[in-house]
Amino acid sequence: MEQFKGKSIFHKIAIGKIFYYEKNQFTVKRSKIDNFEQEMERFENAKKIALEQLQGLYEKALKEVGEANAAIFEVHMMMVEDDDYNDSICNIMKEQQLNAEYAVATTGDNFAQMFAQMDDDYMKARAADVKDISERLIAVLSGTSADMGKMAEPVILVAEDLAPSETVQMDKSKLLGFITKLGSSNSHTAILAKTMSIPAIIGVEIQKDWNGKLCIIDGYNGLITIEPEDDYLKEMTEKMEEEERQKQLLKELKGKETVTIDGKTIHLYANIGGVGDTASALQNGAEGIGLFRSEFLYLEQDHYPTEEEQFQAYKTVAENMAGKKVIIRTLDIGADKQVDYFNMDKEENPAMGYRAIRICLDRIDIFKTQLRALLRASAFGNISIMFPMIISVHEVLRIKEILQEVKMELKGQGFVYKEVEIGIMIETPASVFLSDELAKEVDFFSIGTNDLTQYTLAIDRQNPKLDSIYDAHHPAVLRSIQMVVDNGHKNGIWVGICGELGADTSLTETFLRMGIDELSVSPSFVLEVRKTVRDLDLSHS
Amino acid sequence: MKQFHFTVQDELGIHARPAGLLAKEAKLYKSKITITKNDRTVEATKLMMIMSLGVKKGEEVVVSVEGEDEEKAFEAMETFFKENL
Repeated sequence: MEQFKGKSIFHKIAIGKIFYYEKNQFTVKRSKIDNFEQEMERFENAKKIALEQLQGLYEKALKEVGEANAAIFEVHMMMVEDDDYNDSICNIMKEQQLNAEYAVATTGDNFAQMFAQMDDDYMKARAADVKDISERLIAVLSGTSADMGKMAEPVILVAEDLAPSETVQMDKSKLLGFITKLGSSNSHTAILAKTMSIPAIIGVEIQKDWNGKLCIIDGYNGLITIEPEDDYLKEMTEKMEEEERQKQLLKELKGKETVTIDGKTIHLYANIGGVGDTASALQNGAEGIGLFRSEFLYLEQDHYPTEEEQFQAYKTVAENMAGKKVIIRTLDIGADKQVDYFNMDKEENPAMGYRAIRICLDRIDIFKTQLRALLRASAFGNISIMFPMIISVHEVLRIKEILQEVKMELKGQGFVYKEVEIGIMIETPASVFLSDELAKEVDFFSIGTNDLTQYTLAIDRQNPKLDSIYDAHHPAVLRSIQMVVDNGHKNGIWVGICGELGADTSLTETFLRMGIDELSVSPSFVLEVRKTVRDLDLSHS
Repeated sequence: MKQFHFTVQDELGIHARPAGLLAKEAKLYKSKITITKNDRTVEATKLMMIMSLGVKKGEEVVVSVEGEDEEKAFEAMETFFKENL
């Protein structure tokens, strides 16, 4: 497995065999002629044929890649007929008594050089056009064909450089991507790649022996991989399939409402684990952030994140989401997520141990720092705060007390904040049973199905031996969800799901019938869930 | 002889395609039509020469027309520049 970097033209993945394309290397012979008229006639004939070919290419391009891309062949035709170009060729033949091929080659080089020396990137790129028409003329004169070899299966095309006349002749259905050594973002190859929506990487030190080898183009990172290892191939294949699915869904669903056929609307939010994920949440059409895991701030560092560091992160997400809801969950470490500088004791049973809100209510200083940062960020968007691992009403009352203290402090120090909604995660059986009382104290519930399943079924989800009986569809889990929804609604608060089960489209209908108000899923699942919701009709049972 | 000044509005300047169309248009008239940028003058019938001026957006050129049909040619050139550049 070998990897190379280049400049990416189109963000997409392609996987396929390499077809190494080499131009016919015209070695143009310089020879004396006796009869200028005869040579002139030969040139005029070649010109006629070249123009016919170009007209054919223009029509083909017009059909396949549209007017804007076809226009270049019109320009080529005009170039072939350009007075100066023709005068120069004619002169060399006449004055120096040299053959047409040589005259064309020399003239082509001179004009190409003129463009290459201009101080304008667009004009510089036109040198390729002059070379292209000259090569075409020489090919006709010398009876060789400038046509591109036929490709039997879809390939990734590797070439030093590609002229528009070469790219247009290719069978587009057989093209997965381009890799070239030369070319610029202004080149026809680049424009064509964009028009065709296929990845292209330029500026790569290409090698002839790549021909026929398997290759992956990662257009997101400008990376090409020759003879990829199995693991990487599998990973990229999955990514590519995912990409394809998303593309289809995006076409259909971006910007559409998450509403069933019979008119029931549900909020569809995204789970994110860092500031950088906001872009993917928005790209995939999430209506908000249903779970922002704040742990990353603690896990990525070797010290307690400061109020300022946290404030900046929360503020950025709130601003990027531009008024859409952003639900941030307070620190949820412990169990499978350990942080060295917290210096926590080793536990026999960490899943049931010192974690999440239990740490926060024990080490109030850490908790208060986070709450201060969250409240300060609330002024910049639509933030809600959510607390994990709740087992009692007492905990919620204590949290609200601390929150009130923090607000008073901030007010005293002249900071602005908004009145944020607060909610709790429902992920322990205790919180399920107490959901009627808890609902009176908070603005929303969000059900964390992963932990709820683990605690309800008493199955350690880290233990691979238990995988076969760890069943999130277990009736006990589903009944718990129903109970939470009912208790929430009785008390006028909304209830959502932010665990992995939220993205399980085999349960979407069940959740909607239960009365779930919100689903928060990984960004890449948003559109799939939306599609499922939009295909549902709850009026029939 | 008739002349007009023109500031190019097209994002790419006088790029290949309009240069080609301009050359075609200019060939329709008997008058000698030239384009001047700074102190370089080229004939409007010559595509590669027009391109070699490298006229960019916001730059000014002077178009000159001289010959028996200069009224018609002048009008046609003015229209062409306004519509294409």
